Amino acid sequence: MNTPAQDVWSSIAQTPQYQELLRSKRAFIFPTSIFFIAYYFALLVLVGWWPDLMKKPVLGPVNVAYLFALSQFFMAWSIAFVYVRKASEWDKQAKYILDQQELGGGISAKH
Amino acid sequence: MTSAIWMFLAFVIATLGITIWAAKRNTGASAYFAAGRSITGWQNGLAVAGDYMSAASFLGISGMIALYGFDGFMYSVGWLVAYLTVLLVVAEPLRNAGKYTMADLLAYRLTPRPVRAMASLSTITVSTFYMVAQMIGAGALVKLLLKDMPFITTNMAIIGVGVLMVVYVVFGGMLATTWVQIIKAILLLTGTIFLSVLVMKEFGFSFERFFDAISHLTYTDPKTKLEVTRNFLDPGMKFGDAATHGVGKWDLISLGIALLFGTAGLPHILVRFYTVPDAKTARVSVVWAMIIIGFFYILTTFLGFGAATLLKPDHIPTDNMAAPQLADALGGPLFFAFISAVAFATILAVVAGLTISASASFAHDFYSNVLHHGKETDPNREVRVARITAFVVGAVSIFLAIQLQSVNVAFLVGLAFAVAASANLPVIVLSIFWKRFSTTGAVAGLAVGLLASIALILVSPSIMGIDGPEVLASKRHLIQMNAIFPLNNPGILSIPIGFLAAILGSLLRPEPEAEAKFEELQVRAQTGLGAEKATAH
Repeated sequence: MNTPAQDVWSSIAQTPQYQELLRSKRAFIFPTSIFFIAYYFALLVLVGWWPDLMKKPVLGPVNVAYLFALSQFFMAWSIAFVYVRKASEWDKQAKYILDQQELGGGISAKH
Repeated sequence: MTSAIWMFLAFVIATLGITIWAAKRNTGASAYFAAGRSITGWQNGLAVAGDYMSAASFLGISGMIALYGFDGFMYSVGWLVAYLTVLLVVAEPLRNAGKYTMADLLAYRLTPRPVRAMASLSTITVSTFYMVAQMIGAGALVKLLLKDMPFITTNMAIIGVGVLMVVYVVFGGMLATTWVQIIKAILLLTGTIFLSVLVMKEFGFSFERFFDAISHLTYTDPKTKLEVTRNFLDPGMKFGDAATHGVGKWDLISLGIALLFGTAGLPHILVRFYTVPDAKTARVSVVWAMIIIGFFYILTTFLGFGAATLLKPDHIPTDNMAAPQLADALGGPLFFAFISAVAFATILAVVAGLTISASASFAHDFYSNVLHHGKETDPNREVRVARITAFVVGAVSIFLAIQLQSVNVAFLVGLAFAVAASANLPVIVLSIFWKRFSTTGAVAGLAVGLLASIALILVSPSIMGIDGPEVLASKRHLIQMNAIFPLNNPGILSIPIGFLAAILGSLLRPEPEAEAKFEELQVRAQTGLGAEKATAH
């Protein structure tokens, strides 16, 4: 079946490589999430409470509001792009951890 | 106008062909519920986009921009940014730790029966609300689009959509549903791109002229009957203080929270990540979906503002008609027919996605794991139960949609998002990140989040309000009293309540067994060890 023996999990969890993987993921995901949530709500708050600032035209007739709204799309795409690059490093780390486990522990994670 | 019928029939025949092909390949539970986990990254990206871009976004947002300018475009922004929550937090752990449903992730380290029962209830509630809204939308659309063919009634449209979605799901399973989404997404994108080009052609492909026209739009205000010149790029026409007595900005924030946290809790989006071979493909598919969805929502600029400038807001009878009307004005009857057919395909695909996620949840969570304690050894029986459920879900939604079609149901989609954000998302996030999360916490979070969203909507201006005698039945408030809760969107209150219930429940009744299994869930979610594999073909 798909579920390896119980002690495989904790022996993986205790390896320094796994701890490093977790730390590295957290260090990216938490600040990035806070950033995109703040960036998104900045638009809603500015539009709601400072509409006059948002109505200011900057690019011909195009105003701050529309440009800021449009920038949200590029913000989302950029974060997705950076995340995918980061995540492919994490994939390598995870593979290394699992390979090590199979070589060392004698408990096969295969099924 | 008959050409719309032919185009729609072509879509139906193509998708039924796919259903027959998929039915032949549907052997076993993993094939039925998860398309054998054989869908590739870009395919699933298109399918996620197809599941997500409902009639509400295609017709609704373009209409909202056409009538309310920039404030309508704010919806577009939220619908895309929400995918960052899916990408960063939910998609990969869900794929690594689960099998067919959202509840798999929750039940991993908690007591399965109560958690699955509640998660199943929440999933079926969200799906049904959303589905009934879509089917009533299909009925209303028929009335508007096929005006010169009175022999096709709204009831026929609702029954037709209901029967087709049941056929896709019962016979074709997840594989057919996925391909219906992919085809629909491609059709929708083609139509939108073509319509955008037609709009820009009217402005000699000059952005300067296009935005100039948007910022100096002269038309007759339908309320005051006076000629006005407005800048449609300016915020405030829908959510501004003048239009809403100061509550609009809070409604906007509340809507934003519900979109940001609700998308990652929508059951028909979550099940899509089980159809791909591994977490890496799930991630790639979210990125594809973000490219497609983002591109589509940027194009709503041309659809919405195009309708505003070229048709004028006073010539658009209801917001849902802006895009088809624009197609008629710029592309002629054949293009109008194409866009109308695309609108139907859109609704059909979304309801099919909802049906399969509801029936998977009932069969896998409730029937197999709650009623049969997870000891059901015949996976084919799970599939049989899912097929029967799809049939029942279809029948119930057809019945509800026909009964409720003259009622103002605009709140149903908002309600679906609010429940997804307040009940589903808190428990998903806490089970991935919080060691002390317990069964009591999960059940409390799901139950309280669900009830809080429903209760707040019931006392909101979506349902409560006093209408004059001139208001049409389909626009009347269901309860003729002044609203108790001031906002249309309950998210700002119901999401914190959902989180709070889940946290308090966990602190009040800790569960050492669940804490002990946290490490296991985490290793599994983060490394993919032990994740469900694709079935070989």
